Amino acid sequence: MIRAFALSLALIATPVLAVQPDEILDDPALEARARDLSKDLRCLVCRNENIDDSNADLARDLRLLLRERLVAGDTDAEAIAYIVDRYGEYVLLNPTSKGANLLLWIAGPLMLLVGGGIAFAYLRRRRTDGDGPADALTLEEEKRLAEILDAEKP
Amino acid sequence: MIVELGHFALILAFFVALIQTVMPMIGAQKRWVGWMAVGEAAAVTQVLLVAFSFAALTYAFVTSDFSVALVVANSHTLKPMLYKVSGVWGNHEGSLLLWVLILAVFGASVAWFGGNLPPTLRARVIAVQGSIGLAFLAFMLLTSNPFLRLETPPFNGQDLNPLLQDPGLAFHPPFLYLGYVGLSVAFSFAVAALIEGRVDAAWGRWVRPWTLAAWIFLTIGIALGSWWAYYELGWGGFWFWDPVENASFMPWLIGAALLHSAIVVEKREALKAWTILLAILAFGFSLIGTFIVRSGVITSVHAFANDPERGVFILLILAFFMGGALMLFAARAGAMEAKGLFAPVSRESALVVNNLLLAVSCFVVFVGTIWPLVAELLWDRKLSVGEPFFNAAFTPFMIVLALLLPVGAMLPWKRAIAGRTLRALWPAAVLAMALGLLAYAVQTGRSALGPIGLMLGAWVVFGAITEVWQRAGRGPLAGRIGRIARLPRADWGKAVAHGGFGVTVFAVAAMMAWQVEDIRTMDVGESFELRGYTVTLAAVEKETGPNYFTTKAVMDITRKGAAVATVYPEKRVYPVAAMPTTEAGIDYGFTRDLYLVIGDAQANGSWAVRSYYKPFANWIWGGAMLMALGGMISLADRRYRVAAGQRARKLKAVPAE
Repeated sequence: MIRAFALSLALIATPVLAVQPDEILDDPALEARARDLSKDLRCLVCRNENIDDSNADLARDLRLLLRERLVAGDTDAEAIAYIVDRYGEYVLLNPTSKGANLLLWIAGPLMLLVGGGIAFAYLRRRRTDGDGPADALTLEEEKRLAEILDAEKP
Repeated sequence: MIVELGHFALILAFFVALIQTVMPMIGAQKRWVGWMAVGEAAAVTQVLLVAFSFAALTYAFVTSDFSVALVVANSHTLKPMLYKVSGVWGNHEGSLLLWVLILAVFGASVAWFGGNLPPTLRARVIAVQGSIGLAFLAFMLLTSNPFLRLETPPFNGQDLNPLLQDPGLAFHPPFLYLGYVGLSVAFSFAVAALIEGRVDAAWGRWVRPWTLAAWIFLTIGIALGSWWAYYELGWGGFWFWDPVENASFMPWLIGAALLHSAIVVEKREALKAWTILLAILAFGFSLIGTFIVRSGVITSVHAFANDPERGVFILLILAFFMGGALMLFAARAGAMEAKGLFAPVSRESALVVNNLLLAVSCFVVFVGTIWPLVAELLWDRKLSVGEPFFNAAFTPFMIVLALLLPVGAMLPWKRAIAGRTLRALWPAAVLAMALGLLAYAVQTGRSALGPIGLMLGAWVVFGAITEVWQRAGRGPLAGRIGRIARLPRADWGKAVAHGGFGVTVFAVAAMMAWQVEDIRTMDVGESFELRGYTVTLAAVEKETGPNYFTTKAVMDITRKGAAVATVYPEKRVYPVAAMPTTEAGIDYGFTRDLYLVIGDAQANGSWAVRSYYKPFANWIWGGAMLMALGGMISLADRRYRVAAGQRARKLKAVPAE
């Protein structure tokens, strides 16, 4: 049993940490930029993880590629564009506002405007009308009310 | 045998649910007392049957009965007992059984505690609750039977996903389900009221405790999940805006809105239609969450192994209940006219704004969650929507909410004078501002996020304190304290929950702004500095656990020569599941956590080490617990107490003169 365990253990790749010490750039300013950009890039084989946090090999490749571009003198935008060209829009955790995506970005503010408008109209109406006569009590409720009033009498 | 009995009980429960759905509904329509009463008996029978079924499955897991396919797929003889039990709900079929069990418990609770409800409303609530149970029992029996047997049982199981073998995660799903499913009661109340055609103050009072209970459970469940992610995933993240997290967060937001709008229905008989709509939507988002987790349409770290057939079934359930309820709503909502009048500046208006912000922020989360799906379907664009989007699009609403909260919470009902409330809040505002500026002065060269978070959080907390103090009235101190002590529990609950929100707002900002990270390789015996602490890698050992192998580091933390703590970060490998996990070594503290992770051995014999200084980490979940505690205090208020119903019944027994 134990031997079977030991055997299977040998076959399993040990986990690697997200950012490895050997990946870190010597220039702290460049490294800080790389870390920031990494947080917006998706690890393609993971589920909803950015490459900065991911343990996957592909994420490491992307981290190294990003650092390579930064060392080569790319601006942040150029480095991101370089990666998007190769891996597609899917790699961006922070979606662009191009094309239909504009809808995604303005959905919240738009809804706030619409909802705010409705709420405003409602609040104005509440100030004046709506005080129709209260619903008449049903027979049962009348009886119940009488009971309560009676019970409170000394 | 027991397994077959469990299966049989589940089938029986299905037919009982059928009776529970049909008979009380007809009885309420025709005013047949006998038929209405069947609902209660059916609800109680159903909970007994499903509980038996659940116990049978638990028995199979505990005894490691490997003739049951589910046990084989999710258990192992070497697994510790706690995880054998939690393994019952650590998979699709078992968790669904837990779902149905909780649903039945809530249905029976309406029968048990609903004594003060009008009989027709109670019968209808129980019937609607039964219909939800019916749908999910059908789903389970047709697509996800947990009791399937194997013809040739293997010698051992395939083990539970090691990430799930953790005490935090053992209790995370039950709490979440209590919350999700608890919202079904609010839904049943809403649908029953629509059928009844009547929503009044009493309805608001009945629906609030159920919503509050569900929301408390949801709060605890989400906090547990977030805390688990923090200590288990190895880098101390606590929220990832993952589709499944969003799936639990959306009902939480709508539930919070519902809690507040139900107050307006209860006290002022306004916002009725809106409250009904929220009650429908809250459960709708619970169902959407179920769909997201179990259909596999949206990829997420949490998703169960899933197949499209199940997804379609859940979609049908979702379409039936949401479509039906919303159609009913469209037909009947017009009849629910508001009664209470109020000025634009008043508590009512403030609660409308609260609802607007919570509902729109939920909408943002919803759009962000389904956008990848929409974009692929409509424009064939494969894209991702991740943390940066949510941080940018969601946070502003929370900032506005936190800014307005103390003011809104203190405005009087009906007609308020804004100036008077603002004057009372001056000290809180000045104090919060001063704290923010102080933080800005102390930190150098960092973003404004931390100070702003501190300011907002302090503003909300001081606002809550100001409100309690304000309620003490004027006069000598002793009288004031006496009045504070006699405040209704609902007011205390409100202050505590709002304070908790402030604490969480501050802690999240603090964590994001002031965290310090360090990545390096180090030899055994080497030390380094982390925010004033000295961390030494004392040793690295290989050990064997009950069902895993581990590489365990011993790391000493000292400060100015004095020992602070020794932590043992681990790197485990679970051979049966063939999966590695990291166990961070964390020194928990009141104002900071030190979070140490051991990585791989390097070629030269040194070790990769990742360490974090996490300021105010515990405050994030502490704030959430305060919110839940506030809810509990509020739930204990006399108005909602179960006894209130019993007293009313006794009263009825007094013969009328």
